[in-house]
Amino acid sequence: MTEPRATTHDEVIMEIQDVKTHFNARLGFIQTLMGKRVLIRAVDGVSCDIRRKEIFGLAGESGCGKTTLGRTMLMLEEPTSGSIFYRGKEISALHASQLREIRPKIQIVFQDPYESINPRMTVFEIVAEGVHINSKALDVSSDEKVASMVEKALRLVQLVPPDQFTTRYPHELSGGQRQRVAIARALVMEPEFIVADEPVSMLDVSIRAEVLNVMTTLRDELDLSFLFITHDLALAKHITDRLAIMYLGKFVEVGKSEEVIDEPLHPYTQALIAAIPVPDPDGRKVSVLATGEVPSAVSVPTGCRFHPRCGYAKEICETTEPDLRNVGGDHFVACHFYEEATADFKAKFRKSS
Amino acid sequence: MTLLGVEDLTMHYSTRGGVVRAVDGVSFSLEKGKVLGLAGESGSGKSSIALTLLRLLPSNAKIIHGNMLLDGEDILAIPEPEFRREIRWRRISLISQAAMNSLNPVFRVGDQIKEAITVHSSLPDAQATMAVKRLLGEVGISQDRYSAFPHELSGGMKQRSIIAMALALDPPLVVADEPTTALDVIVQAQILLLLKSIQRKMHMAMIIITHDLSLVAEMCDDVAIIYGGQIVEYARASKIFHNPKHPYTIGLIRAIPSIEGEKRRLISISGEPPDLIKPPPACRFAPRCQYATQKCNTEDPVLEEVEPGHYSMCWYARDIHL
Repeated sequence: MTEPRATTHDEVIMEIQDVKTHFNARLGFIQTLMGKRVLIRAVDGVSCDIRRKEIFGLAGESGCGKTTLGRTMLMLEEPTSGSIFYRGKEISALHASQLREIRPKIQIVFQDPYESINPRMTVFEIVAEGVHINSKALDVSSDEKVASMVEKALRLVQLVPPDQFTTRYPHELSGGQRQRVAIARALVMEPEFIVADEPVSMLDVSIRAEVLNVMTTLRDELDLSFLFITHDLALAKHITDRLAIMYLGKFVEVGKSEEVIDEPLHPYTQALIAAIPVPDPDGRKVSVLATGEVPSAVSVPTGCRFHPRCGYAKEICETTEPDLRNVGGDHFVACHFYEEATADFKAKFRKSS
Repeated sequence: MTLLGVEDLTMHYSTRGGVVRAVDGVSFSLEKGKVLGLAGESGSGKSSIALTLLRLLPSNAKIIHGNMLLDGEDILAIPEPEFRREIRWRRISLISQAAMNSLNPVFRVGDQIKEAITVHSSLPDAQATMAVKRLLGEVGISQDRYSAFPHELSGGMKQRSIIAMALALDPPLVVADEPTTALDVIVQAQILLLLKSIQRKMHMAMIIITHDLSLVAEMCDDVAIIYGGQIVEYARASKIFHNPKHPYTIGLIRAIPSIEGEKRRLISISGEPPDLIKPPPACRFAPRCQYATQKCNTEDPVLEEVEPGHYSMCWYARDIHL
């Protein structure tokens, strides 16, 4: 087994195989005339599956490709190569018209509830819009049916009683309420899978939990699956079931969230965790285990992408890209020297606790 | 020894919607060489306090009353030209939020740092250039980046240049307003360690303004929790985190996820931060507070010492705990 796959008794909702999404960078007019092209390898060979009733976390620093991967899973970006399956059906091979029938089942919630919902529409119009657009796929024709779907969606995100919210405009709502409207807009289509792209990063900490708890309740009660994209590993630990750490377009580590955070195996994951401040003045202090900053996805290093910043890099790391391999249970890591790195990390950080 | 004493500072903004009571009776003091955290959420007034300290307020802001004593001298009473010449940058400097936007894109980074020196001191140009090169070294930028333009620097390097600029005249007090907010976590850690080592080496006092309680725990000796334009709790950092005495602080601590410890359900504080044009009648946190009684809606609580060195603005501070 070389990929983070489900065991047979889990029901797989989304599956991706060796997905790559590359973009042509936009260059100046002259450079384009001269035939110069630059390729951004945003997602560069990722495989995984997301199971029913699972919140799958995707974490990494800005520019690692996590948002592009989320969009590609929903076919909002065309993958350059690789396949995407929804319930075993290859959606990356479908025509636009066939894809439209699947769309309601795979939805997205964006980061910024101040940007992602139309300020001139009422809550009802915002939530109902997708139903109108997809009325054929959803087989909805009557206005009463639309109204009852909107009401149900608003109840699910705890905007109750719904009739107190339907006629309001976004500016009359708080940040947390806006983001719940954005979730309702996805839920109204009765999806099975939702990509939540940094859904709480624009919200103050005191109200984040109201949005996060809506998500976990939907998972528990409606058996929904989520791809939860975040840069916040502390949050990922508490919200997600499994977690993938992404670096320059590839997964470097995947596993159960608590295992990845409490027993990280990849030097990059270890560097991320050591860099996160702990909300306890008497707890451990931050340390820097990786040098420099993330290079651009235009000039991806040879071999292991992390080697220029890694304290364990040896010659092989410059030449040979490590595979993501299973190291027991559900835990996968892509590093030639993870055992050495992990031993050091444990000695440094786990002795005291 | 007290470096900065702020007493009963009150500052309002006039807007079309009404008067925003952004800072309301804020008092605190800061010892030489200590680090104070001002922590609060968006709209709490924490950045307004920073801007008031440097007297960089927009024109619709008005300081209603209060004193700011720097080494015993009221710097609010000093006329602006003198404040610019003697205080700003020489004695109090600012590490601003969002490094991306605080550098001028058309000037070389080294020259921008040099400008901070030449505007606020009489150092000759050649010596100022030398000083900039030394500063770049201090903040971990190689000297050959002197003539780089901001767009040629990474996010972390830009923030380092901002720090170099703030340190240029060796001020005894630096105000850091969300110094790492736009940065990724590994770069954030690099910057935090840099700030810590410089602060210790130069024995500089620092005020860190942030929404991130974990960052406060990492960096600060003392903490003031800001809510609705007021300091609602003030104590040593370990007291704030282990034995908070204000319901808002307790709520915040329950709401933040920690990278350490058991997986748990996060708990939010119900409701919304107050509208500072029409704040609640008495305690500003009362509408969101699970402990609130009638008294909280009618009588203004005061910031009271509930334990030695531990202040809380809550009628029930002695009865509540984490």
